[in-house]
Amino acid sequence: TRPSRGQRSQEHLDNVLRHSVWFLGVPLLHGRYHEMAPNVVPMDYTKDPDVKLPMQLIINMPELKENPFKERIVESFSEDGEGSLSFNDFVDMFSVLSEMAPRELKAIYAFKIYDFNTDNFICKADLEKTLNKLTREELTAEEITLVCEKVIEEADMDGDGKLGFADFENMISKAPDFLRSVFHQISVGCVIFI
Amino acid sequence: MSQLPPITLHISEDTGSDNQELSPDNEGAMHTSFRELIQEQSILAEASTELELQERGRGHPAHLAPPDTSAFAWLEPGQGEQHPGDSTTLRILASMPSRTIGRSRGAIISQYYNRTARLRRRRSRPSLQQLSRTARPSLRQYDLESDPARATLQDKRSLLAKELLSLSPSQRSHMLLSLPLCLAEKRALWRELDEQRSPLGLRPHPTAAPSPCGWCKDYITLGCRHLWYRLLALLPAAQPWHYALKQISGRFGSSVLSYFLFLKTLLMFNVFSLLILLVFVVALQAAYPPAKANQQPFAGFELLTGAGYFTHSLLYYGYYSNITLNDPSASSLSGSVAHSAPPRLPYNMPLAYLFTVGVSFFATCILLVYSMYRSFGESYRVGSSAGDLAIKVFCAWDFKVVQRRSVKLQCENICTQLKELLAERRSRSCPLSLCQRLGRVAVLLLAWVLSLGTVLGCVVAVHYLLEHMHVVQQEHRALAGSTWQREGILLVLPLTVSLLNTLMSHLYNLLAICERQDSPAVEVYVAICRNLLLKMLVLGLLCYHWLSRRVVCSDEECWETCVGQDLYRFMVMDFVFTLLDTIFGELVFRLISEKRLKRKQRPEFDIARNVLELIYGQTLTWLGVLFAPLLPAVQVLKLLLLFYIKKTSLMQNCQAPSKPWQASRMSTVFITLLCFPSFLGAAVFISYIIWSVKPSETCGPFQGLETIYKSVNVWAKLMEKSSPNITWLTWIQQYLVENTFFLFFVSGVLLAMTYCHIQVVKGQRRIICLLKEQIANEGEDKIFLIEKLHCIYQQKEERA
Repeated sequence: TRPSRGQRSQEHLDNVLRHSVWFLGVPLLHGRYHEMAPNVVPMDYTKDPDVKLPMQLIINMPELKENPFKERIVESFSEDGEGSLSFNDFVDMFSVLSEMAPRELKAIYAFKIYDFNTDNFICKADLEKTLNKLTREELTAEEITLVCEKVIEEADMDGDGKLGFADFENMISKAPDFLRSVFHQISVGCVIFI
Repeated sequence: MSQLPPITLHISEDTGSDNQELSPDNEGAMHTSFRELIQEQSILAEASTELELQERGRGHPAHLAPPDTSAFAWLEPGQGEQHPGDSTTLRILASMPSRTIGRSRGAIISQYYNRTARLRRRRSRPSLQQLSRTARPSLRQYDLESDPARATLQDKRSLLAKELLSLSPSQRSHMLLSLPLCLAEKRALWRELDEQRSPLGLRPHPTAAPSPCGWCKDYITLGCRHLWYRLLALLPAAQPWHYALKQISGRFGSSVLSYFLFLKTLLMFNVFSLLILLVFVVALQAAYPPAKANQQPFAGFELLTGAGYFTHSLLYYGYYSNITLNDPSASSLSGSVAHSAPPRLPYNMPLAYLFTVGVSFFATCILLVYSMYRSFGESYRVGSSAGDLAIKVFCAWDFKVVQRRSVKLQCENICTQLKELLAERRSRSCPLSLCQRLGRVAVLLLAWVLSLGTVLGCVVAVHYLLEHMHVVQQEHRALAGSTWQREGILLVLPLTVSLLNTLMSHLYNLLAICERQDSPAVEVYVAICRNLLLKMLVLGLLCYHWLSRRVVCSDEECWETCVGQDLYRFMVMDFVFTLLDTIFGELVFRLISEKRLKRKQRPEFDIARNVLELIYGQTLTWLGVLFAPLLPAVQVLKLLLLFYIKKTSLMQNCQAPSKPWQASRMSTVFITLLCFPSFLGAAVFISYIIWSVKPSETCGPFQGLETIYKSVNVWAKLMEKSSPNITWLTWIQQYLVENTFFLFFVSGVLLAMTYCHIQVVKGQRRIICLLKEQIANEGEDKIFLIEKLHCIYQQKEERA
């Protein structure tokens, strides 16, 4: 049966709206993306141009420049795993780091950021790298080992010696600050509806 | 376990791509893969399969780490054995669900498919006959007909879209928002949703609208929605002080931000009370001023003392009339009213006064309890045990901080905190000797004795000062001294109390340094405790004084106005001392430290002390609302000025606090302190005055009544007389409000609810313990099975 006129116009509206909402919150972000490499990035992003900016440019953004995890953040959102972001990835990154993103999504990406060797587990080596980045290598080697052991002891639930996603999620649920108010970038000033 | 479920295990021909896209919740496929494994025992593993696997791993759009390195990394420390040629085991290990979550696109889609399906099924519980009782609860809900593990990426996408369409729109959008897929993938999913919703033949063309009218309507609605979204985007920026708060959090972190957010919350509370009071009490009284004219001219000193010109003004209780304003029956007195005047609406002032104050308190109570409930829920999780170190490592980094200096400071802070935690663990493992422990106990005892002693000392001092001031005031009244002297005397008490508060808080800081507590959190709580004790005891003493000395203020004819003036003076003095404290504590300290001592150390922003000052000021406001309806306006002004002063001082003079703060837990503590000693005390004080204290005879809206509450009785009787049908009103009043049994019943119900809640929480903790044990057991199972696998393969290799 043909859908009624009301239904059809509603669907039509949703169609147009969805593709236009995609463009609505995004011009500001595109402005930032463009100004990083004005010669390379075209002004028109509606045709999905195949342009990727390398990691070196992106980690020089003022929001990311001083963050010790900036390389990991950019790598987690990059589709090709090497840290170059297309505009889609760029929007993804700021939408996850914004205040609008749901908690589960933030937890997944926080896990990816701390997982340095991308094996889906936070193992001892990952923890050591995290600690070094956090403290700018001011802890002694003995202290680092001790901290890593204690962290795994506290958070590992299934006894495999490293933290899986479930362990990580369980642990950060005890610190509601983190996802709610700390794991945000200062937003670039637009709301993302995707 | 009675029957086996009818699982048909298919031996897949195409083993490669399927294995890499197993769904995490898909146990049927796990069985499948193991069965394949057993079938493939005869096929000898070769180095080429390993290579093939690596190539497939790189070529596939999803990220799969080369399985050999990760498997090696896993095996070596755990097992101490090496299985270089075990590519089938490696293949299985690589496709284990725990490795594919968040990585493989297909795995994510399958996971969300199952989640959506479960969401849909939860709403309609399947009958028990359909369920086969298996040992694996998850299999019961598993729909084996549409097995997503077998499908390609496109099929999985369409399956997920089909499931999503069966959800409600809000659930659907929430599910889509939380998908951890990249944007291109989500758009493909949207497209899939569109196609499924309107099958191909009936999809409307964007250009072929039903009619020109419809086209206009479409675009108008679209335009409106655009505007709405734009407005929503601007909404965060339109909140007051949005940019200022961002600046603060960027430089100092979330903990200092919590102070400013608390200030903003208090401002909202006060603005709300002020609006209610303005609309229902102040504005109307201003429109109908009482007959008594204001004798005294305005001199600047009133701003400090609240007396003089302000005495007979809207600020205080004494100004408000006790009659029904604009009463039509009194119109015969004023002959100047024309006959064409609009109909007059009488307004019962005493009743309005009482009800407005009551309603504003009640609304504030509800808002406070709600914010407390929300922040408790967020900061105290069920089953949270000590996981400090792990939380410190993962959750300490404040991603909001962007300035280089602040980032460096944060790194140093985290380093210090980690070292402190390690030292604490070490000291816990090697406890102090008896001598040292006795020494510590002695120091703590001494500190507490000293602080309690100072509190008592201050309270006694304030008491004697009150007596002395009372005598001095009487003398001055008798001698008819100059107004300046008289008003100066009025200021002595508030000045002394504020001075004592400030000095004592600095003393407690010093004591805390001497005590050298192990845990910084305990240090903060102890400081808050001591300061709070002092402030609340002094306020309690003052309240007692105000209640019992009311006859003294008969000079102004109005003890309520007198009390209101006292409270005004306290508030103003408190503000002045906060200002002085900021200037001397922060600005001068920094100047001295930089110029004279040439040290780079700036003073820290003491969050606990500042928050307690805010709570103290708010308590004064709540205490004084009954006596001075415009006091919330004074508080609003004070808070606005305080925000800008504190922010400027913070930016120029301070450094971030070095003590570790859990901002959410601290916000909970602040709101709880605001609710319990502060709001509860003020509510008790006001209730006591309304119910049991005789208002003054000659001024105010309740003159001549026995107690303020009696006005309600008078009104109820009037209502009954005018229309005998409204007996329910008197019934409510008699049996619900005044009857003590009802109050006990309500308190009993609340206690029962609290008890039930506590029991539920206990039960949940127990369940969490059991689940943790179960997880540990499953982990051991996994390790055991993988070891067995390796054993089997080793044997096969040796045999072959």
